[in-house]
Amino acid sequence: MNKSTQIVEAGLKKRYAREKRFRMFGLISILISLAFLVVLLTDIISKGYPAFQQTYIKVDVTIDSKTLGLTADSTEDELYTASYSRIIRDSLRAKFPEVTDRKQRRALTNLVSKSAAYDIRDKVIANPSILDTTASYWFLAKDDVDVFMKGNIDRDLPEDDRRVKDYQLGWIDQLVAENRLEKRFNTVLFTEADSREPEQAGIRGALMGSLFTMLITMFLAVPIGVASATYLEEFAPQNNKWVDMIEININNLAAVPSIVFGLLGLAVYINFFGVPRSTPLIGGLVLALMTLPTIIIASRAAIKAVPPSMREAALGLGASKVQTVFQHVLPTAMPGILTGTIIGMAQALGETAPLLMIGMIAFVSDVPQGILDPSTVMPVQIYLWSDSPERAFTERTSAAIMVLLAFLITMNLIAIMLRKRFEQRW
Amino acid sequence: MKKLPLIIAAGLVATASAASARDYIEVVGSSTVYPFTTVVAETFGNKTKFKTPKIESTGTGGGAKLFCAGAGIDTPDITNASRRMKKSEFDTCQKNGVKDIIEVQVGFDGIAFANSKKAPQMTLTRKDIYLALAKTVPGKNPGELVLNPYTTWKDVNPSLPATKIEVLGPPPTSGTRDAFAELALEGGCKTFDFIADFKKSDSALYKATCHEVREDGAFIEAGENDNLIVQKLEANPNALGVFGFSFLDQNSDKVQGSIIDGASLTFDTIADGSYPVSRPLYFYVKSAHIGKVPGIKEFLAEFVSEDSFGDDGYLVEKGLIPLSEEKRAGFREDATKMTSLSM
Repeated sequence: MNKSTQIVEAGLKKRYAREKRFRMFGLISILISLAFLVVLLTDIISKGYPAFQQTYIKVDVTIDSKTLGLTADSTEDELYTASYSRIIRDSLRAKFPEVTDRKQRRALTNLVSKSAAYDIRDKVIANPSILDTTASYWFLAKDDVDVFMKGNIDRDLPEDDRRVKDYQLGWIDQLVAENRLEKRFNTVLFTEADSREPEQAGIRGALMGSLFTMLITMFLAVPIGVASATYLEEFAPQNNKWVDMIEININNLAAVPSIVFGLLGLAVYINFFGVPRSTPLIGGLVLALMTLPTIIIASRAAIKAVPPSMREAALGLGASKVQTVFQHVLPTAMPGILTGTIIGMAQALGETAPLLMIGMIAFVSDVPQGILDPSTVMPVQIYLWSDSPERAFTERTSAAIMVLLAFLITMNLIAIMLRKRFEQRW
Repeated sequence: MKKLPLIIAAGLVATASAASARDYIEVVGSSTVYPFTTVVAETFGNKTKFKTPKIESTGTGGGAKLFCAGAGIDTPDITNASRRMKKSEFDTCQKNGVKDIIEVQVGFDGIAFANSKKAPQMTLTRKDIYLALAKTVPGKNPGELVLNPYTTWKDVNPSLPATKIEVLGPPPTSGTRDAFAELALEGGCKTFDFIADFKKSDSALYKATCHEVREDGAFIEAGENDNLIVQKLEANPNALGVFGFSFLDQNSDKVQGSIIDGASLTFDTIADGSYPVSRPLYFYVKSAHIGKVPGIKEFLAEFVSEDSFGDDGYLVEKGLIPLSEEKRAGFREDATKMTSLSM
């Protein structure tokens, strides 16, 4: 053995140990991140999964035209404005005739969601011949009943400490015994917009709002972003102080807190151009501003990574500069550009701060039909629900988070798929 | 490429003209009134064929600013307030052409000082609250103000338990915080005669002494989310939380309200005024928009109907403390006759 081999041998053990240590640290950090992820997901899912079920209650309803003040030839307007809540109230009183106390009678009406009256109204308008008939209908149960049915109210607590009192428990037990209470899949969550009654609240409004907002953001930010990146990378004069300044500014903008873009949107778009507040249009415009720097930086990196030999070959074969860029450089850079775009869009999807300034943190209970209708977006809906006093909103908050996560995962999957599709190896 | 900004600008101007005809009511303002207005809005949207109003929670001050910005159709129609409109806000309104404003009082809201049910209920006075939480309190020598030295409730008042002072409350941007400072802290601080005298001699000093909350960690700003405060109280039985009555009402199995100045926090004690830390809630309507934006009159009628803000109305279920019957009748008359506010 010569001397240098000896030196190597002596150090070898140490080097192996160092490598082992480094690998272990890497593994530990991954495990820690995984543990956090698992804790977070378990918490959200365990809190949120009950929200995908909703308690329904079966009531025998007599649609008495006298109580409603209607006749066989009432106009549609009269049918619309009649007080159907009385019908529901009377039906419940008929079911529990022994309840006479005023407070308890009020509580009785609160077994069923307020939406029951509107359900009956819509049924009567669709088919006026059901007036003066008796039939069983399934209605949404009120949030307190729903929370109790899901086991989130402990019936062993003293009565004073419970939101559901002993007499209400008696009614619920009786209804359960008669198979009049049933848990079903919560379709309302996906078909309705926001509501102050937890049982009627859904995320469709926010989902559509997010969709419209993201469409606006995409149609503005992607073409402008990619075009700017291409120009700066391929056509802009080198070593020009104006170009340098623009570059520095773009890099700075990427780090500006998002609320600043909200203020800018308020000052420029709303106060100067008069774009309506709280609409997907203004939301999309502001989020496009916020996403632009991310897209430009990612696209520039992707364009820069295209090997110069490709450009040279294209130019050498007689392609013009524009042909080279559009037919060779951009298609090759596309996977990188797409990744950057989707990261930017995912960021925009989860943003609430700039929306505060432009009025998108609002209660909107109609599903937006277009980009000029008032609307909110998913993260705002989550925030609003988490801030609501009603207990039943807690689980809906987590359920909304799950839907938002599913949305994000889908976006990322699309990004991966597109990248796989366009990717070229050389 | 040069044309792109122009196209965008043209598009914006085009949408601006489309927006001038608004077919839904726009409401801004206090986050405390928000839960009530939203319920009325939803019922209104379901009952009538008008669109459901859009309600933003901007805080009382922010709402007044937007509301008073002008009389144009691009400004909000209604603003909510967890206190009466200030004279300065009213003047701004007048200056910007918002001449006729209808004032409606909705009801009351109580502010709870609550702790976990795992701990015994606290019996406090407003003086105790002031001494425990103000930044400066009277010192040993007469007329002297010192930085708050108290660390336990026993230091403040020997009849209280020897637990550390630890209070979770709303941040300064919140209306609940304003009301907490005005009603609880100032209420306690006024009991010291020499501080009460500041009100005339040096009102800035009076306000600073009575409204400033200590910053040494005994008062923890827990954000605007009252649900979070409830969760934290459950985890820490020694802590006290400050939040709106509706959250106490919904979480009566987890937290209990303290007795303040001899009155426990219930629906009835707030309604009859014996619970000292409660505040009135208002909303203001821009008369100029009635007839321009469809449904304002009908929305107003829904809000002041007995079904909504009456003794058995649906707002009461959401935790609103209703006004007395005469007061309700008075505001209902103001609303139907569209009586303008004057200050």
